Amino acid sequence: MSTEQSTIESLANREYKYGFVTEIESDTAPRGLNEDIVRLISSKKGEPEWLLEWRLKAYRHWLTLEEPTWANVSYPAIDYQDMIYYSAPKQKAAPKSMEEIDPELLKTYEKLGIPLAERARLAGVAVDAVFDSVSVATTFKEKLNELGIIFCSFSEAVREHPDLVKKYLGSVVPANDNFFAALNSAVFSDGSFCFIPKGVRSPMELSTYFRINAADTGQFERTLIVAEEGAYVSYLEGCTAPIRDTNQLHAAVVELVALDNARIKYSTVQNWYPGDKDGKGGIYNFVTKRGKCQGVNSKISWTQVETGSSITWKYPGVLLIGDNSVGEFYSVAVANNRQQADTGTKMVHIGKNTKSTIVSKGISAGFGQNSYRGLVDVKKGAANARNFSQCDSLLLGDKCGAHTFPYIEVRNTSSRVEHEASTSKIGEDQIFYCKQRGLSTEDAVNMIVNGFCKEVFRELPMEFAVEAQKLLGVSLEGSVG
Amino acid sequence: MLSINDLHAGVNGNEILNGISLEVKPGEVHAIMGPNGSGKSTLAGVLAGKESYTVSKGTVTYLGKDLLGMAPEDRAREGIFLAFQYPVEIPGVTNSYFLKASLNAIRKHRGLEELDAVEFLQLVKQKMKIVELDQSLLNRPVNEGFSGGEKKRNEIFHMAVLEPRLAILDETDSGLDIDALRIVADGVNKLRSKDRSVIVVTHYQRLLDYIVPDFVHVLMDGQIVKSGPKELALELEERGYDWIKPQAERSGAAV
Repeated sequence: MSTEQSTIESLANREYKYGFVTEIESDTAPRGLNEDIVRLISSKKGEPEWLLEWRLKAYRHWLTLEEPTWANVSYPAIDYQDMIYYSAPKQKAAPKSMEEIDPELLKTYEKLGIPLAERARLAGVAVDAVFDSVSVATTFKEKLNELGIIFCSFSEAVREHPDLVKKYLGSVVPANDNFFAALNSAVFSDGSFCFIPKGVRSPMELSTYFRINAADTGQFERTLIVAEEGAYVSYLEGCTAPIRDTNQLHAAVVELVALDNARIKYSTVQNWYPGDKDGKGGIYNFVTKRGKCQGVNSKISWTQVETGSSITWKYPGVLLIGDNSVGEFYSVAVANNRQQADTGTKMVHIGKNTKSTIVSKGISAGFGQNSYRGLVDVKKGAANARNFSQCDSLLLGDKCGAHTFPYIEVRNTSSRVEHEASTSKIGEDQIFYCKQRGLSTEDAVNMIVNGFCKEVFRELPMEFAVEAQKLLGVSLEGSVG
Repeated sequence: MLSINDLHAGVNGNEILNGISLEVKPGEVHAIMGPNGSGKSTLAGVLAGKESYTVSKGTVTYLGKDLLGMAPEDRAREGIFLAFQYPVEIPGVTNSYFLKASLNAIRKHRGLEELDAVEFLQLVKQKMKIVELDQSLLNRPVNEGFSGGEKKRNEIFHMAVLEPRLAILDETDSGLDIDALRIVADGVNKLRSKDRSVIVVTHYQRLLDYIVPDFVHVLMDGQIVKSGPKELALELEERGYDWIKPQAERSGAAV
C-alpha cells in the first residue's frame, strides 16, 4: 500500500516542464470588459463592420447570461472585470516571413518542441502557433495552398477569406450557445482557420499550438475547420502555459463542419498548467467544441487527452445531421492533485442510420475529481440510429473521486443505445504481479494506466501518441504484440 | 541457493508461518504439501516479497544475500520467479509487451543488453513450444479472458522466458485438467537444470507424478512437520494428512 501510494504521489508531483515565462514586450488591453474593449479588439485586428457587430451582439447577449453552475466542479467566483482580454507580443508590422518574427518567440516555440523555423520544421505537420491572443506563424502555408487548402490564423482568414468565415462562423456553435461561447464570441482574438476544398485529402497533419504567456490574461481563441465534399483532414491541437499562482481563463470555441463524405479527425493533447499540488494556480479550461456532420456519410472524430488545467469543462460533441454520418469521441482525462475535470461529449442524432461511439477513460489521483458527463440524444427522425458508450474510471489512491453522469434521450423505436461503465482501483495485486516480474512500481503503474488508456491512445496520430505517452509518464506499446 | 531459518510471518498480526526452516540447493526440486490453510501460499508470497505479509522473526538467505531486505522487483531481477496461483489480469497490456518489459528489466539489472523487438520475438517463438502456448495468447492482454488452464500455462511460459534461478510454483496444478496438467508439468521438467531450483507448492500429489521432486515437505499450521523423499507424497496421497498431525503435536517441532 505504502509504495503504491508513494508512486502515485511522485507521478502526481512530477514537474510541469512548460512552466517558463517568455520575456517579451506586449501590447495589452486595459483590464475589464465592456463594449469599448470589444471595439478595441476588433479594431486592433482591422475587422470589417459585420464582425464587430457580431461581436457586440454576442457581448450584449453574454450580459444577460449567468455562468453555468451545473458542472461537478467548484472554484471561487471569477471576476470578469479583473481580467485582461487582449495581449499580443509587440511586433513592428505583421511579419512577412519567419525572419521577421521576434527571435524570443521562435525560441519559445523551440523550447516547447515546436520549431517554426524553416530548416527545423516538423516533417509532415503544418503548425499554426498562437501566442496569447495572436497567431505568430503558420508553417507550410504555401505548400498547402497549392492544393487549395487554406490554413491560416483566424485574423488572416477574416481578411483574406471573409465570405467563408461569414458563411461558417457561428454555424455550429452560435454566439448565444452558452455563457462561455458568448464570451468568446465577443472577445475572441485569434485562432486557426482550415478549409479543405472538395475532394482534397490533406497531405499532412494540421496543427495549432496554443501558448498562454501573459499574466492575468484570458485566452479566447476560435478554431473553424471546414471540410467540403469528400475532403479529409487530421487536425492536432496542443496547449501549454507558464506556472503562475493565479488562475487564468481559457474559453475557446471550436467549430467543425463536414459536408458530404467528408472526414475530420480532431485530436487534442491538453497540457495547460494544472496548478500546484495544493491547487494553487492553473488554467480554467472552459471550452465549447462541436462538430457538425452536415453531409451524408460524413464523419467527425474527437480524440482528447486532457492532462492539464486546474478545471476542465469541456464537451466536444457532434451533430449528426447527414444520413449515415458518424460521430466519435475518445477521451482520456486525468485529474490529479486538486484538479477537477467535468468532461464528456454530446452526440445528437438527427439523420437516419447515424452512428456514434463514445469511449471515455477517466483517471483520478491525489485529490482529483473526475466526472464524465455525456449526452446521447436521438431525435425522432433518426431512424436506426446507433450509439455505443463506454465510460471507464480508474482510481489511483483513495482520496480521489470518479463520477459518471450519462444522459440518454431516445425518441424513436428503431434506435439502439448501449452504455457500459466501470470503475476500478489500480490493484495492489496487479502491481505486485508486475513487480514479481521485475518491473518497478512506477513502471507497473505506468503500464497499467497505459493499458487502461489504450483504446484512446490508438486513435491518436503518431506524433501525439508520443506526446500523450510522455505526458502520462507511460511507455507505449512496443512493436511486438 | 536458498536458506530459510526459523521464519515467522503473518498478516495483520495473525501469525501464519510458525518457524519454518528449509534448505534448497541448486538443481533441487522441493515439494511443499499440506492441507488448506496450512500456510503454503503464505510461504510462497513471503519469498516473493508480497507486501501484505509481515515477517516477525527469522532469516532467509538467497545466493548469500538477505532476501527479506530486498524489494520484490529486485528479488525477481535476482532470479526469483513466482508462478501465481491466481495470475492477475492487466487489461490493455499485451502479454508479449508485458513480458518484454519484464525480461528487459531483468536483463538490465544483470548488465545485459536489452532485447529489441525482433530478438525478443525469436526468443519467444522458441519458448512458446515448451508449454505449447497458442500464438494468440501473446497478443492478448495479460491473462484477460484466458481460461484457467491458459493462465497457468502462461505462467510457465513466463518462467521459460525469464529463466529464473529459483522458481516457486504456487498451486500451478489447481484448476487444470489432466492434459493441461501434463503439458504444464512437461514444461517445468524441460526447465529443470542443475543450476535452477524449484519449489512446488501443491495440495495434491498428482502433480508430483509428473514433476518428480527430490524432497517432500509437509506444512501444517505454519510449520514443516515432516520431510522426506518423493515417496512421502505417495504416502500422503494414500493416508491423507491426519496421521501426521498427532506426531507433530507430540514432537512439537519441525523435523
